[in-house]
Amino acid sequence: MPTNTPIIEVKNISKRYTITHERGGYVALRDVIATTLRKPFAFAKTKARRMVGLEKKEEFWALKNVSFEINKGEIVGVIGANGAGKSTLLKILSQITPPTEGEIILRGKVGSLLEVGTGFHPELTGRENIFLNGAIMGMTGKEIARKFDQIVEFAGIGKFIDTPVKRYSSGMYVRLAFSVAAHMEPEILLVDEVLAVGDAEFQKKCLGKMEEVTRDQKRTIMFISHNLDAIKRLCPRTILFSKGKIDKIGPTDEIINHYLHTADTPSVVVPRATSKDFHITRLQSVHGNNRPWTFPYGEPIEVEVELEVLVDQPSFQIGFFIDSINSERVGSVHDDVRQLEKGTHIIKVQIQNILLPNSYELGVSVQQQYYMPGCAVFHVVDPHNQHNPVGTGLVEIASRFSHERVS
Amino acid sequence: MAQPNVTIIKPKKIFRLADFKEIWDYRELLYFFSWRDLKVRYRQTMIGVIWAVVQPFVTMVIFSVFFGSLVKVPSDNVPYPIFVYTGLLFWQLFSDALGDVSNSLVTNQAIITKVYFPRLIICISSVVTKFVDFAIAAVILGGLMIYYGITPSAMSFVVIPIVFVITFMCASGLGLILAAINVKYRDVRYILPFFMQLLIFVTPVIYPASIAGKYSKILAINPMMAVVQNARAVLLGTTPINWALIFISLASSTLLLIVGVYMFKKVERYFADIV
Repeated sequence: MPTNTPIIEVKNISKRYTITHERGGYVALRDVIATTLRKPFAFAKTKARRMVGLEKKEEFWALKNVSFEINKGEIVGVIGANGAGKSTLLKILSQITPPTEGEIILRGKVGSLLEVGTGFHPELTGRENIFLNGAIMGMTGKEIARKFDQIVEFAGIGKFIDTPVKRYSSGMYVRLAFSVAAHMEPEILLVDEVLAVGDAEFQKKCLGKMEEVTRDQKRTIMFISHNLDAIKRLCPRTILFSKGKIDKIGPTDEIINHYLHTADTPSVVVPRATSKDFHITRLQSVHGNNRPWTFPYGEPIEVEVELEVLVDQPSFQIGFFIDSINSERVGSVHDDVRQLEKGTHIIKVQIQNILLPNSYELGVSVQQQYYMPGCAVFHVVDPHNQHNPVGTGLVEIASRFSHERVS
Repeated sequence: MAQPNVTIIKPKKIFRLADFKEIWDYRELLYFFSWRDLKVRYRQTMIGVIWAVVQPFVTMVIFSVFFGSLVKVPSDNVPYPIFVYTGLLFWQLFSDALGDVSNSLVTNQAIITKVYFPRLIICISSVVTKFVDFAIAAVILGGLMIYYGITPSAMSFVVIPIVFVITFMCASGLGLILAAINVKYRDVRYILPFFMQLLIFVTPVIYPASIAGKYSKILAINPMMAVVQNARAVLLGTTPINWALIFISLASSTLLLIVGVYMFKKVERYFADIV
């Protein structure tokens, strides 16, 4: 293979989704039959109109004419607001869904990591799940057997290896799942936001592992994340998506800067944290008359999280993190909510705004299991320069100067 | 350097010859899926095994009491319990496999939306698992044969594999058709058990085909009739082997399988988009 042939070649890929208004995208046969029988003419009319093209189904292009190339051994980051088409691209690359138009050539064995622990079965033991999950991820039985000890060691679950995973704590479960994934050895690895699970410490360990493997084995990686820090650390080059198109490709620092200064986080964000006990269904800024995720300088930062609690939680810890665009931690707040019963809950937080006008990232952590930095980018603005903020840096430091003449 | 593994992704056609080669490439995953299902089912070894045996056994006892002793349904000159058990064994293989295949896409949707592999593998593994259940339940049949002193004919070695093939194609074919419909219309799976209850009566499971008289030709439309009748013919010596019926059913179940695979492949393309 000549060295100048790209390992991933994406040519004019587009993906169209048809928007269905039925709940959940599927319909009950009995409803279809009932409607047809009750209103046979209406049914025939819509069918006929659709056929001659008078009435069109609602369409939505998740991706439109996307083209790029990636060379062997490159690690490329993919960023963009939610709904910009990043995940759709990854689903097409990993063949879960076909493109509507265009062509992709992949010159190597592809492994995709859209989720850790895909296919884990609660009744099976850790050992059995390693084999099952490995096979689903495309490893051969021999390969898994060879790496088995490494996987167990990395996960640090030791003696629990022969315990059914339904008895694992969520932390152990995630560590085991990630460990299997970290030991895959495809030539092209596609990673989607999987680092959103596990505690901060374990996330670091995983990033380290990924770095190590790519450096030593010349793997090609496409890494989608909201964790801009991780992208900066791993990827020299980054692709920025916006509204189904490539906005910019280039050196990571440049792209991230461009992104943060132009980013419009949609008002509602859905962080990817689901566990058997709860789902986070949305994260939203309470912004009054302002644009979403835009807070005037000096006015409180208000955010709300909606959760669906599936199992009663005697104590539920939730935290918010504010990072600068250079991924330095500015501060964090957290709280324990007592007696969170089964059902849908909204947790609101009001944070005193001592931030100077700039762009920041907001992260969420839940129950010490889920740590998701960079769920949303928000801006602190001073549109009319009326407040005349004091100082430089990130935060306003209250101060009082006094002056007296001493001689 | 070894020939690189080149994948080309394009808007999908329904059929590519490469798809079948792909299933072969993924045979190890097929093994793991079947292994998972069996492992989970027979986790608590005794309960799993007992369940596989108890289900047909209890049904056999109840049918023997009501249809055999009380109603006195004829049973082609063999004791009614062994007559009905043989029928039930094959019927259960068919109905369990059909039910599992038709739900396989929906029950495995968590995996399907996250990882790529040829989706047909999931369906094939569902059927394979049912053959293991069959093997376990067949032990009872062996016991009944010894008890009643019935020796299967040597032709069993020829006919039983053929009826297995018919059952496999018929259950997979019909199952794949239903799986395809099930993706779009989720209530199909609630209707299915009802139809299976009806179907057992148009298949000569609890009665011999002979009692339908001249209408038995109509029953022959159902490929499972060839399976049940000929399995009894070789195992119990009830009737002569009906080769014509076997060949017709082989042909019709092949057709069913082709239609099933076609419909399934058609839905497979957009399945991940609608769940």
